[in-house]
Amino acid sequence: MSFFSRLINPSSHSAATAKERLQLVLAHDRINIPPATLELLKEEIISVISHHVEIDRARVQVEVERSAEGNRLIMNIPVLGTASATKQAARSVRERKAR
Amino acid sequence: MTGRVITITSGKGGVGKTTATANIGVALARRGQRVTCLDADIGLRNLDVVMGLENRIVYDLVDVVEGRARLRQALIKDKRLPELTLMPAAQTRDKLAVKEAQMIKLVEDLRKECDFVLIDSPAGIEHGFRNAIAPADEVLIVTTPEVSAVRDADRIIGLVEAAEKPAPRLIINRLRPSMVKRGEMLDTKDVLEVLAVELIGIVPEDEAIITSTNKGQPVAFEDRSPAGAAFTRIAQRILGEDVPFMVFDDTSGLFDKMSKFLKR
Repeated sequence: MSFFSRLINPSSHSAATAKERLQLVLAHDRINIPPATLELLKEEIISVISHHVEIDRARVQVEVERSAEGNRLIMNIPVLGTASATKQAARSVRERKAR
Repeated sequence: MTGRVITITSGKGGVGKTTATANIGVALARRGQRVTCLDADIGLRNLDVVMGLENRIVYDLVDVVEGRARLRQALIKDKRLPELTLMPAAQTRDKLAVKEAQMIKLVEDLRKECDFVLIDSPAGIEHGFRNAIAPADEVLIVTTPEVSAVRDADRIIGLVEAAEKPAPRLIINRLRPSMVKRGEMLDTKDVLEVLAVELIGIVPEDEAIITSTNKGQPVAFEDRSPAGAAFTRIAQRILGEDVPFMVFDDTSGLFDKMSKFLKR
């Protein structure tokens, strides 16, 4: 992004927004799941995974990839936690279970 | 001899199917190929005006299908390029006037006489689209780098695959390199990643398309304009030539020039 366009519209990267919106809209176009259901699915998976590892919720991507064998649901989940954070998460899960 | 049948389609209207058909037709014909461009958009024909042949139409595709004219009577030879012919659509008929089997038969007859039949598909996914796809050996999908056009292209890719045609190839039309550079337009890479199809050409936004359409002289008659050169490259790739994709290094934008100036 050039200096001037940053100056005029500092937060705008509309191409990235377009790509993100497309991936989500194509996900439900391809597997015929309503957007709200897909959003719920995403939230539930995020919550299960965050029991065990620390993840970057804002950067989770959901995508349906089309291939010769059919459609494939893909989630890209960036992990934030270091090994120790992960261990800590595991410990807290164990504690929760023990209770 | 039988020619290759290539259908140019898009789903969304107004992304440049007709312009692409006319220009790829011209570019192939300039390379010595005998090409018939067929307008499958019955009721909303436009390929004739884009090619500049509208004043020479006597019979059309529906006249041939219904037996009022022979194939050769309806075909219009382009006087500028003897290898190029147009099979016009009917303008005043209902879009349901031609059945799928009739379209297949018509194209079977046409392909005997040439190297390529290029079919300009109507927008949408209904009857006209299915007619245009049915006779195709290959399918080219035109999109622009916009959310709505890419979404529709994705739907079309699914339908082309369901019709058991070979994987379609993609033309990204009206790319604006300066906007891509600013992060304000989907890049070729983004579109290909989302759609997961093979690319056959990138055509930059070009004012020459408008002036050439005003005159009825497709840009591909010359290689001077960026869009004309891009369509010629697509024709070369259709002929199996290995042509590298153009890199658009657009530094013509005012912002870019000023930024460069400041960086000095």
